[in-house]
Amino acid sequence: MSTTTLIGALLPGVPLVAGLLGLLLPPAPRDADGSGTGSFRPGGARARQMAIALGVAGAAGALALAVALLVTLDRPAEASATWVDLGGLTVSLGVRLDSAAALVAVAVAAVALAVQVYSIGYLRRGPHDDVDTDHRYPPYAAQISLFTAAMLLVVVAGDLILLLVGWEVMGICSYLLIAHDRRLPEAPAAAMKAFLVTRVGDVGFLLGIALLGVSAGTFRIADVLAHDHAAGTLTAACLLLLAGVAGKSAQFPLHTWLPDAMAGPTPISALIHAATMVAAGVYAVTRLYPLFEATPVALAVLGVMASVTLLLGAFAATAQDDLKRVLAWSTVSQIGYMTGALAVGSPPAALFHLLTHAAFKALLFLAAGAVIHAVGTTLMSRMGGLRRSMPVTFWCTVIGLGALAGLPPLSGFWSKDGVLTVAQEAALHGTGPAPTWVGWLVWLAGLVGVAVTAWYATRLLLRTFLGAARLPLAHPHDPPAVMRWPLLLLAVPAALLGLAGFNWAFARRLLLTPTAGEPAGEHLLIHVGPELLLPLALLAVGAGLAWLRWRRDPAADPASALGPLRPVLAAAFRLDDVQRALVVRPTKALARAARTADKVVVDGAVEGSGRAALGLGGGLASLHRAALPRAAAGVLAGALLIGLAAVLIGGAA
Amino acid sequence: MRLGEFLLVAVLALPALGALAVAATPRDRAARAVGTAVAALTLVAAALLFLGDRTWVTHAADAPAVRPWHRLDLPWVPGLDLRLHLGVDGISWPLVVLTALLTLLCCGYTMWKVPDGGSGRALVALLLVVEVGILGTFLALDLVLFFVFFEVVLLPMYAIIAGWGGADRRRAAVKFALYTLFGSVLLLVGVFVVVSAAGTADIVALTGGTGLSRGTQLAAFTLLALAFAVKSPLWPLHSWLPDAHTQAPTVGSVVLAGVLLKMGTYGLIRIAVGVAPEGARWAAPVLGVLAVTAILVGSLVCLAQRELKRLIAYSSVGHMGFVLLGVATLTTTGIQAALIGNVAHGVITGLLFFIAGAVRDRTHTGSLDELSGLRETAPRLAGLLGFAAVASLGLPGLAGFWGEAFAVVAAVEVGGALWTTLGVLAAVGGALTAAYLLRLLRRVTHGRPSAAVGRLTPGLAGVELVAWAPLVLLALAVGLAPTLVLGVAEAPVEALVEVLR
Repeated sequence: MSTTTLIGALLPGVPLVAGLLGLLLPPAPRDADGSGTGSFRPGGARARQMAIALGVAGAAGALALAVALLVTLDRPAEASATWVDLGGLTVSLGVRLDSAAALVAVAVAAVALAVQVYSIGYLRRGPHDDVDTDHRYPPYAAQISLFTAAMLLVVVAGDLILLLVGWEVMGICSYLLIAHDRRLPEAPAAAMKAFLVTRVGDVGFLLGIALLGVSAGTFRIADVLAHDHAAGTLTAACLLLLAGVAGKSAQFPLHTWLPDAMAGPTPISALIHAATMVAAGVYAVTRLYPLFEATPVALAVLGVMASVTLLLGAFAATAQDDLKRVLAWSTVSQIGYMTGALAVGSPPAALFHLLTHAAFKALLFLAAGAVIHAVGTTLMSRMGGLRRSMPVTFWCTVIGLGALAGLPPLSGFWSKDGVLTVAQEAALHGTGPAPTWVGWLVWLAGLVGVAVTAWYATRLLLRTFLGAARLPLAHPHDPPAVMRWPLLLLAVPAALLGLAGFNWAFARRLLLTPTAGEPAGEHLLIHVGPELLLPLALLAVGAGLAWLRWRRDPAADPASALGPLRPVLAAAFRLDDVQRALVVRPTKALARAARTADKVVVDGAVEGSGRAALGLGGGLASLHRAALPRAAAGVLAGALLIGLAAVLIGGAA
Repeated sequence: MRLGEFLLVAVLALPALGALAVAATPRDRAARAVGTAVAALTLVAAALLFLGDRTWVTHAADAPAVRPWHRLDLPWVPGLDLRLHLGVDGISWPLVVLTALLTLLCCGYTMWKVPDGGSGRALVALLLVVEVGILGTFLALDLVLFFVFFEVVLLPMYAIIAGWGGADRRRAAVKFALYTLFGSVLLLVGVFVVVSAAGTADIVALTGGTGLSRGTQLAAFTLLALAFAVKSPLWPLHSWLPDAHTQAPTVGSVVLAGVLLKMGTYGLIRIAVGVAPEGARWAAPVLGVLAVTAILVGSLVCLAQRELKRLIAYSSVGHMGFVLLGVATLTTTGIQAALIGNVAHGVITGLLFFIAGAVRDRTHTGSLDELSGLRETAPRLAGLLGFAAVASLGLPGLAGFWGEAFAVVAAVEVGGALWTTLGVLAAVGGALTAAYLLRLLRRVTHGRPSAAVGRLTPGLAGVELVAWAPLVLLALAVGLAPTLVLGVAEAPVEALVEVLR
């Protein structure tokens, strides 16, 4: 095992240890006397300090290792040992490292560190909180560490089963973290929904992995990629894997969990639902891309899924009043760009957008957290005019929204341009591995998405930070240093990471994959040319429309322009209701039917046979309790019968 | 007498003599202490069985398919040609250790808390007798001996449920005894069919089905599989289980779910499949369909269940469905998945029943409608319940994952329309499993504390931690290092699958 692979193996290990140790800390319970005075045990404060130290150390250690990996890794590296052998199917314990993995690992660890630090300030009992407020910081920080470890495991895993371990542990950590806020009655339901919807997708993921593993005789990714699978198996496996990807990356039709997951604390939204977990699906596809490349059917499905998700998310974001839900839907839409890039054959473009999105979306969520912390609500209809009182947050949000909408020269502009360019090429020149119509679909959806994104980003900015304050009582202020610094530091990559695409040293890390080898020539991630003008024009149209509407009446919501469509969009095309009607209710009804049938039919047969035996016994017993004359007659009849039988049988013999 | 033979005897003699000693000790608390000490010694002896020479010559053409590490073969009733034939190998050893461990934890738990209904001394003595029966079942290499030990378990378990159980204990205990007795009758007939046709009761000689005609094998497999299906339990022969598990005292539920059910699956693998392989091949599709039905029905019933212990009891139907699906594939992957699934279910469901018992003892209710907000008043208990539930839903990285995921993989591996469909449905069952366990957590741990939960204190008793910690660690250890179970099982399973071909 070389130094590089050792670093790769340690990468998930460090936050894992930090998380497991953190879980052993006392969860700062209230006094045992149950007086409800909210007084904490003296150990509570110390446990919090320990939890902070462990959480920050775990994330910082992971970041240091990820950076070290990025620096030392010059060529793809792989190391593995047999984990267990089940009847000729080998499951290995190993890492598979390439520079794309190292870059994603840096992004994950950096966002995790920012979130750990930010949470110190965000989850502190404020002077206005009621006495019941109990943030239970130690398990919270430990769960973030475990989550980070799981995501890093997905990033470095060299085996499909190992990847599945990280994949699902991440799911359960997100479940725990979404349900963290004990004051929100909707949080437990949202957490459950998040885990179950992704788990439904994971049914497909597991089956896909099973098909590939059985076909290759091993679950090691390198061997699975190298194996020559039968065409039918490969298509089925890729389609099944896409179900898992759709669940994790919130793609239509399994996207419904993500907006509800906003019930989690805002730093968690930044970590899980913007920068890392939802990126896992996209990342998993890039890991197995050679398989997808060979199955145009799967890529076509992915392209349709991406286009629908992209537009669905963007349009749903236009009508939300909840600040976090706008961001949540924008995440759904942006992941659509990434999967779209994959569908038209460009993992580097997808990964580039994944990295810039990780930076600007984490920034946006943390900025939104600062706003929510300051005004005590998530509803934009109760905000407004915060620009003056929260200048740092305002400018950070401007950078984040600019990057989201694709305003040059911010990061999102370049990465989104990369996606649109490959889609355009696939549409016009048929360059991608998928059919040409997929290229057209992704390209057109992407262009429409640019305009809609600009519209809702502008609306968010105007409604939150400009105009007159709609909540006069609050005294908003910029967040304390411990929350401000993560914001400021994340603003740097959110603004500048796109320009790195011009740098060959950066670009080759995304273009270089273990299977493709060194790219032939220096072609960059960014394509400067006249085709940049079209998205720019659409951006101007979208932003301009929102601004004009707001100019006319700064107090009104630009979403009123949506007219009768507004409630439909606010409910995201009522797909939640569809899901409830088609899946949840039938399952519940089936469950009740199964319970009744089990009791009445299956157990009823058992109990019935017991009762029947008792009844039969009772009947026979009462027959034997006859009075003397009948009994004597019975004995006589019996004797007669026996005698008759003896005569008959004897006579026959 | 060599060490291995000595240990084989010790594993059975210790709890048997211990039960007598416990019954003879006059003071209740001292008796329970004696029982716990005996259980601890038994665990040591069981673990030591691992020592010694475990290699065997695998290349010999006429090598038997069962090659025990240690073996003890003594005449028992010479007139009837019955032998006291014991042995341990990689298939039985993990179950032997699990049995000894769970019995020890239950005895230790009884040191702290004796359920209402009778003396702690009698309960501990009965637990040890149950242990003798279960261990004997796992160790027996003689069909008649196997049957005898299989039956030894029945009456003490009946007494435990009827003596220390919940409000409706008598009915549940009678149902348990009669239902499983019905299974035993089939087992007895099956054993007779095999022994009279083959002329021997030696499992080592019988494995592989040599000397049995096809018709005999089909009949024997049907009888034996039905008998073990009652014990495992396999849908639709499961309806004794929810009542028995719900009414049994905590330690009874732990032993029932943890190891008693394993006698069924172990018997299926070792006796039914081993002795009548042709019958197994013939019946495999039916077994597979029933196993998947059990997974789906069990999960659906759990989804509509309103009582904590009953929900966990029904979850066993689903989990054992995965184990039986693994066996039904008759592949190395499937049988290995079944073995690790067996152990994982014992550990995790044992833990779940311990925690459910603790919740019920504290709140005096098991109704999901009256429980909520556990994490507010008892965060550690809620955390442990969460851990056990998450392990039970088969989270990768914990013990439950391997058995369930690889039962699905094995079904896909067999291929064909039927088995692929079964694999897909089993995977869907995995999602349903997650649904009912998360529903359980949402009801019990989240939300505002209910009246019953509100008066709880956050602490856990020391003995609770001591009793639960080994199960938590095992769930983690088996999940991270499945070789702990599968390493020893690989060779014997391959030998068994060899005779199936």
